[in-house]
Amino acid sequence: MYEFEFERPGSISDAVAALKTDEAQALGGGQTLIPTMKQRLANPAKLVSLTGIGEMQGVCVEDDGALTIGGATPHAVVAEKAAASYPALAALAGNIGDPAVRNRGTIGGSLANNDPSACYPAAALASGAVIVTNAREIPADDYFQGMFATALEEGEIITSVRFPVPRAANYQKFDQAASRFALVGVFVARFDDGVRVAVTGASEDGVFRWSEAEAALGSDFSAAALDGLALPADGMIGDLHGTPEYRAHLAAVLTRRAVQAAA
Amino acid sequence: MPKDSGIGASPKRREDVRFLTGTGNYTDDINLRGQAYVHFLRSDVAHGRINGVNTDAAEGMPGVVRIFTGADFEGVGGLPCGWQVTDRHGEVMQEPAHPVLAQGKVRHVGDPIAAVVAETYEQARDAAEAIEVDIEDLPAVIDMKAALKDGAPKVHDDLTSNLCYDWGFVEENREAVDEAIRNAAHVTTLELVNQRLVANPMEPRVAVGDYSRANDESTLYTTSQNPHVIRLLMGAFVLGIPEHKLRVVAPDVGGGFGSKIFHYAEEAFCTFAARQLNRPVKWTSSRSEAFLSDAQGRDHVTKIELALDGDNNFVALRTDTHANMGAYLSTFSTSVPTWLHGVLMAGNYKTPLIYVNVKAVFTNTVPVDAYRGAGRPEATFQLERVIDKAARELGVDPIALRRQNFITEFPYATPVAVEYDTGDYVATMDKLEEIADLSGFAARRAESEKRGKLRGLGVNCYIEACGIAPSALVGQLGARAGLYDAATVRVNATGSISVMVGAHSHGQGHETAFPQVVAEMLGIDESMVDIVHGDSSRIPFGMGTYGSRSLAVCGSAMVRATEKIINKSKKIAAHLMEASEADIELKDGQFTVAGTDKSVAWGDVTLAAYVPHNYPLEEIEPGLEETAFYDPANFTYPAGAYACEVEVDPETGKVTIERFAAADDFGNVVNPMIVDGQVHGGLAQGIGQALLEGCVYDADGQLLSASYMDYAMPRADDLPFYSVDHSCQTPCTHNPLGVKGCGEAGAIGSPPSVVNAVVDALQSGGHKVDHVDMPLTPSRVWAAMQG
Repeated sequence: MYEFEFERPGSISDAVAALKTDEAQALGGGQTLIPTMKQRLANPAKLVSLTGIGEMQGVCVEDDGALTIGGATPHAVVAEKAAASYPALAALAGNIGDPAVRNRGTIGGSLANNDPSACYPAAALASGAVIVTNAREIPADDYFQGMFATALEEGEIITSVRFPVPRAANYQKFDQAASRFALVGVFVARFDDGVRVAVTGASEDGVFRWSEAEAALGSDFSAAALDGLALPADGMIGDLHGTPEYRAHLAAVLTRRAVQAAA
Repeated sequence: MPKDSGIGASPKRREDVRFLTGTGNYTDDINLRGQAYVHFLRSDVAHGRINGVNTDAAEGMPGVVRIFTGADFEGVGGLPCGWQVTDRHGEVMQEPAHPVLAQGKVRHVGDPIAAVVAETYEQARDAAEAIEVDIEDLPAVIDMKAALKDGAPKVHDDLTSNLCYDWGFVEENREAVDEAIRNAAHVTTLELVNQRLVANPMEPRVAVGDYSRANDESTLYTTSQNPHVIRLLMGAFVLGIPEHKLRVVAPDVGGGFGSKIFHYAEEAFCTFAARQLNRPVKWTSSRSEAFLSDAQGRDHVTKIELALDGDNNFVALRTDTHANMGAYLSTFSTSVPTWLHGVLMAGNYKTPLIYVNVKAVFTNTVPVDAYRGAGRPEATFQLERVIDKAARELGVDPIALRRQNFITEFPYATPVAVEYDTGDYVATMDKLEEIADLSGFAARRAESEKRGKLRGLGVNCYIEACGIAPSALVGQLGARAGLYDAATVRVNATGSISVMVGAHSHGQGHETAFPQVVAEMLGIDESMVDIVHGDSSRIPFGMGTYGSRSLAVCGSAMVRATEKIINKSKKIAAHLMEASEADIELKDGQFTVAGTDKSVAWGDVTLAAYVPHNYPLEEIEPGLEETAFYDPANFTYPAGAYACEVEVDPETGKVTIERFAAADDFGNVVNPMIVDGQVHGGLAQGIGQALLEGCVYDADGQLLSASYMDYAMPRADDLPFYSVDHSCQTPCTHNPLGVKGCGEAGAIGSPPSVVNAVVDALQSGGHKVDHVDMPLTPSRVWAAMQG
């Protein structure tokens, strides 16, 4: 690890100010950034920890029923506090990594990193969540812009994430055997006005919505509605753990299973 | 009624108290006054010519003590290979130089180019980044068959090709085997890959070199399974330090699985640099470095053909293997695909004609050497897979086909040069059928099918050869070492005992099991006996621990030394009781005179030995300490039968192990609990190989599976509860304890049963799949189902 400065501000405004320094980087739970730095693959001049900002912590249900989660809320807290209001989201959070990861890693950190195999992006996109930053509100549909790419500007902080709560939802994660990230993960969310299906782990473009499945499920929310639907292997990730064809196939299998579990 | 002490009892492992309470003393816990740290700058290309290494800028970096390059090792020896294989044409193998730091070329990603010694580890790493290395990329050879083609880039320019050797065994049988296969009623052919693995002991390698100018003595603390072997190899072949000036200490070692047998560049470097710098030098491997510098395992590509007559008797077996050596010959690499592989090819079966051909190949990859089982898993896997395939082709029950061909009379001389002293393969198969509840399989399969899952049953046998010996034989086969072991039993004045053993315990539980033997022989409490191991200055010259040899070889030496102790102590007891030595009996720690009520206690005799006021000094020396070296007459041959039941999810290809049963014959068992644990661990590694683990390089020689993000180790929830039995016991006929060895069995026996089970499951679902290469990842199994 190279040397770096460290700050742990107590407010969003102080954090924003601290991040204006050259080569400063926000630090959530550090579950990706710290190992990367230990391998000397990242060299930020300053780390600005977001874990000391009280207003970025916690889970609360808004008046309109939406669930707002502070950007610095660890997965373990989401798993516990969202269990009653949004069980599919809580279950997803409770199955990220291991207990140590869940106690350190944060929702904001995960969404800002946008690992193509991470779980949270599937939940945010399928839920039609709003990514709230210090500067603006970004709909999930505009937020995810490819592997490790997001709409965030330099120095912009995810302060909270607002999840509309669907009528029914389910997340199916198929573990990559080594990392236990999602080899493929599918989040299906059924709202009164339609169904959203988001797939993580599969595409070279990162998390994406499967619009054909959404349309089919919108008129008939059943696994049978998906019969005959398939995702193309083209553009899917191929690596040691699965071919593009396998990932495309798995996404369809998991979508059916998520629908069955949610129905 | 289980015993509560002595041979056959299961006292808890005494060493676990310190391991589990954080009070162990691992090599990384050793920090010496004035210690400097070394960081190795490693090649990031698989093959390249070193045009220059400029350390000027790095030398001036903060904390730098000195930077070493290959030039500093000119005139210093290279890392030796411990086994010279002679090929089928009578030629000795091609044996390239293996410098401590790369000279002229780099030959695999991770090959050390320079070593930076600095005041702190971070400073060493900082300075390494300032070294300018001018490397001209050369095309890499990764695939073994491509490496053997004419015109392939050569890993070693001074060799004639990338072929290390072309070994045939038994060469005289070659034509007879060919003819038997031509004329057979049925021939089953299978091509398979036994994939490369990374050993991954929990503790990465560490070395601390120390030097005392006062008496010109070097000390190396290192993560080794065999400190005396390291002392011999490093002292005699690399650094030229005579044994009496070189001490090698392997303290607590957190697992080895073979990867800590070998002599590595880093430990030679630390010893060398400590002398050069006159201060201790320490290296601690990161996990990332371990992936690039620990010798890796397996990596065989094989074609096997099994010929049967019209009655389904095995008549001939022919196998053709390409074995990857990697870029250099690691210490025992050359013996693994030959003498640890070919001689096991008969398995448990009376196949009369066998021919094994192995081509060992250099590639631009990390060197390959012994990994838990070492050659025997590769032999077992191909043999038990081809038998299973034959049974399916012939429409016969795979268990019945095996039973029909079992060796049933012992001793049995195989056509591949070894003689099994004892065994009972029918008994272990009978036991397996019982503990695996094979009769209940059909009902379990029906239940799985109701849930939409394909259930499969895989059964196989295995045989192992442990305690490789005798030295005279292995010397003829090319070993450059003896394979005896040694023990010194030091009885102290008050009767407590220190047993100094050449074997090394790094997970095997010697500190618990060995005292059980000595205590039983003497009739004293186990708590009076301690084992000392791992320090060349404290123990007799032993060969260490690998190949499931410790109890069979070193344990036998310990028995012989204890017998000497008993003989001498009886003489002392006879003197004390004024009786004839022939009338002295030792039982429960008491010496008695037969037919009388005279007795003296163990402690009275030991005290007399050290306070010889009333002692037969004219006849025997004072003191009570004896050493024995033991060179076995033969290998031992543990064997067993394993059964695996899997479920395959036909939608995803995901395999889950539902049941696993192992019926082993280890001969006599000293501590059944420890043996259970050894089998459990072996099964975890074997199942890991079958389902999860795979070391993969890309075409340029970059390691793709370079961390735990991509190299899948088995976790507890990947594994079932095992049903393990070792009640079938045919004691070894040629060692005093009748023991055979148990450390590798699980890793040898389990991969074929998993693959056999998956093939069975897929066929039950109507899929025409007769083989899937390991690891059986969901993606691979799904692809196999797609045809």
